[in-house]
Amino acid sequence: MYELLTGPFMWLVFAISFGGLLVRVVLYFKGLSQQLDRVAYKAHLSYGLKGAFNSIFSWLNPVGARAWRKKPGFTLVFFAFHIGLLATPIFLAAHNIMLQENVGFGLPQMPAFLADLLSWTVIVACVAIVLRRIALPEVRILTTAYDYLMLLITVAPFVTGLIARYQMGDYQFWLLAHIITGQIWLLCLPFTKLSHCVLFFCSRAQLGMDYGIKRGGLKGSTFSW
Amino acid sequence: MPQGKLCNRQPINTDEQLKLTLSDKSGKQYYAEMQELDVDTNALWATIQKTMKSRIKTWLEICAHCGMCADSCFLYQVNDCVPEQVPSYKIQSTLGHIVKKKGQVDNEFMRKCMKIAWSQCTCCNRCGMYCPHGIDMGVMFSYLRGLLYSQGFVPWELKIGSGMHRVYRAQMDVTTEDWVETCEWMAEETEEEWPGLTIPVDKQDAEIMYTCNAREPKHYPEDLAEAAVLFHVAGTNWTVPSEGWEQTSLSMFAGDWECCKDNVNHVYDAIERLNPARVTGTECGHAHRATVIEGPYWAGRKDGLPPKPYIHYVEWLAEALREGKLKIDPAKRIKEPVTLQDSCNYVRNQGLKDVTREILSYIVEPGYFVEMAPNKEHNYCCGGGGGFNGIGLYREQRNVALRKKMDQILDTGCKLVIAPCHNCWDAIRDLEEEYEIGIRWSFLKPLIIGMLDIPEGMRVEW
Ligand code: SF4
Ligand code: SF4
Ligand code: SF4
Repeated sequence: MYELLTGPFMWLVFAISFGGLLVRVVLYFKGLSQQLDRVAYKAHLSYGLKGAFNSIFSWLNPVGARAWRKKPGFTLVFFAFHIGLLATPIFLAAHNIMLQENVGFGLPQMPAFLADLLSWTVIVACVAIVLRRIALPEVRILTTAYDYLMLLITVAPFVTGLIARYQMGDYQFWLLAHIITGQIWLLCLPFTKLSHCVLFFCSRAQLGMDYGIKRGGLKGSTFSW
Repeated sequence: MPQGKLCNRQPINTDEQLKLTLSDKSGKQYYAEMQELDVDTNALWATIQKTMKSRIKTWLEICAHCGMCADSCFLYQVNDCVPEQVPSYKIQSTLGHIVKKKGQVDNEFMRKCMKIAWSQCTCCNRCGMYCPHGIDMGVMFSYLRGLLYSQGFVPWELKIGSGMHRVYRAQMDVTTEDWVETCEWMAEETEEEWPGLTIPVDKQDAEIMYTCNAREPKHYPEDLAEAAVLFHVAGTNWTVPSEGWEQTSLSMFAGDWECCKDNVNHVYDAIERLNPARVTGTECGHAHRATVIEGPYWAGRKDGLPPKPYIHYVEWLAEALREGKLKIDPAKRIKEPVTLQDSCNYVRNQGLKDVTREILSYIVEPGYFVEMAPNKEHNYCCGGGGGFNGIGLYREQRNVALRKKMDQILDTGCKLVIAPCHNCWDAIRDLEEEYEIGIRWSFLKPLIIGMLDIPEGMRVEW
């Protein structure tokens, strides 16, 4: 079972997940329409790219956008959640050993305590996000069961991973559970709104181009997000 | 499929239909008919499939439901932060639902959408700046308005407004003759005080072609006279076209995209015909947005630009002051606290934030200009944007919407507000009428004329 899951099946999951995300990006850009969006993408490409980068960087920076600065508490939770979510699986020692064995190279590995800390951060941040959804009327009205399902799918590999790591209960069981929940998460990326992991960049780039071209850029106004 | 006599899916294309709809006092019959209007669900879905491309589709899909956009919306703020006013909720529960249902929605739902689209969003595009994903509800509401319009679910005044544009190519029944006569009349009147002043119609190859808002010739012809005075004093070689002089677009507020295209082409034709070096419009935000910012796309222009450089009035004015073509008498500068309304339509939508402040630096005594908070591209809508000002059915909601601007103005402590946008000007006037906070408001033209340092002999004092 373990062999199968981490072997051929893993490759299939990666192919579907990353291939699917690539398709989403391509479809996004193919689906832009200068006339319907009212943005002359091609005619003013350099202004557009400037706007796109401005928009992306402002929002990847926790103090780059006014909206982030206005809500420091949420911003902290949001960034902690996403940093943990990305950094842990990529730089985890165990993952990289597997990578080393399978493809012959690995990425820098992070110390175990850091991995633990980041995993806990993801879980705590996830709880905070859920509580926020319940507590704030303006978020509650937007929240659907689908949103909770997405959070569950996202946090499950971390919960199972930590249980396995601390060797609570049946190690083999939790290790398999970790692999399976991780694969579910990967498979969901292109097909659910978790696709925002790439579409965020697309959407930001598009709006940044809109501002960089039509809504100020051509007038020499650097837009402050 | 009962379509009403007044309320139906056909745009108003004839004078007769226009008069008939107008004669229906406050749209009583029109709204009664709307209760019975069938939704052509197949056409609705077909339109969505054809026009909803990756941008809006993705926005609907990836919205994180995080609520970060909530207090970016002034309507959420002034309506006691009710969750129904959260931008994301407003769009998900209208456009989002129609898309989810593949267009299979009923009359009642469409009427609900109409109410939300025209009374809970002014398409001010502010929320788009506060959403981590860059989701702009203003853009989506414009899109939704287009869908609603095509199905006949549009407020009475805007159906008429876009009908006016279709029949008269102006937002009011000002014909070519009326317009040219108004120009002649204003030139004659003004010339007594300003010898040599003319309002040249259809002059070829001028430096500037001037376009305006039909309400000016109709209701405030002095605005045209003021523009003429400033061009005259600045020694500008200018002209107005006999056709294609109206640059506003109520059809944009109505979501009548076909009509938008027709109108803007009319103005562009005038540009091609008269071949001016540049064009400038009046102090109107939505007119500028329609003709200069969005218009090129309606017209299908690849570079997204009008046929000739087309600047907003504030740009022309700042330039004339900068180059000394217009001189301000320092003794006459404003010496009282004064604030400035940043119009969403050319500030947030075109970045013209510094140029207005440059004008103020010439006309306000240092130390008297007080900024609103927030300001520039983060400024709030005046409260009456996107057609909200003109819709009788939603007057009550509009009056509530004005409160944000009221608070912003009160916070500055100023009694004078400069509003270089027709619609903002109207909203601020209504705000004073409704809440009586003791403020005055003004366009730039009359203020500047009152402060000019005029060369000897140019003006005859009576
Ligand atoms: S801020 Fe953006 S992502 Fe969050 S709820 Fe509003 S529209 Fe959706
Ligand atoms: S566009 Fe303006 S009015 Fe409409 S939802 Fe966004 S912030 Fe509110
Ligand atoms: S009227 Fe002025 S402030 Fe209001 S939406 Fe239009 S441009 Fe913005």
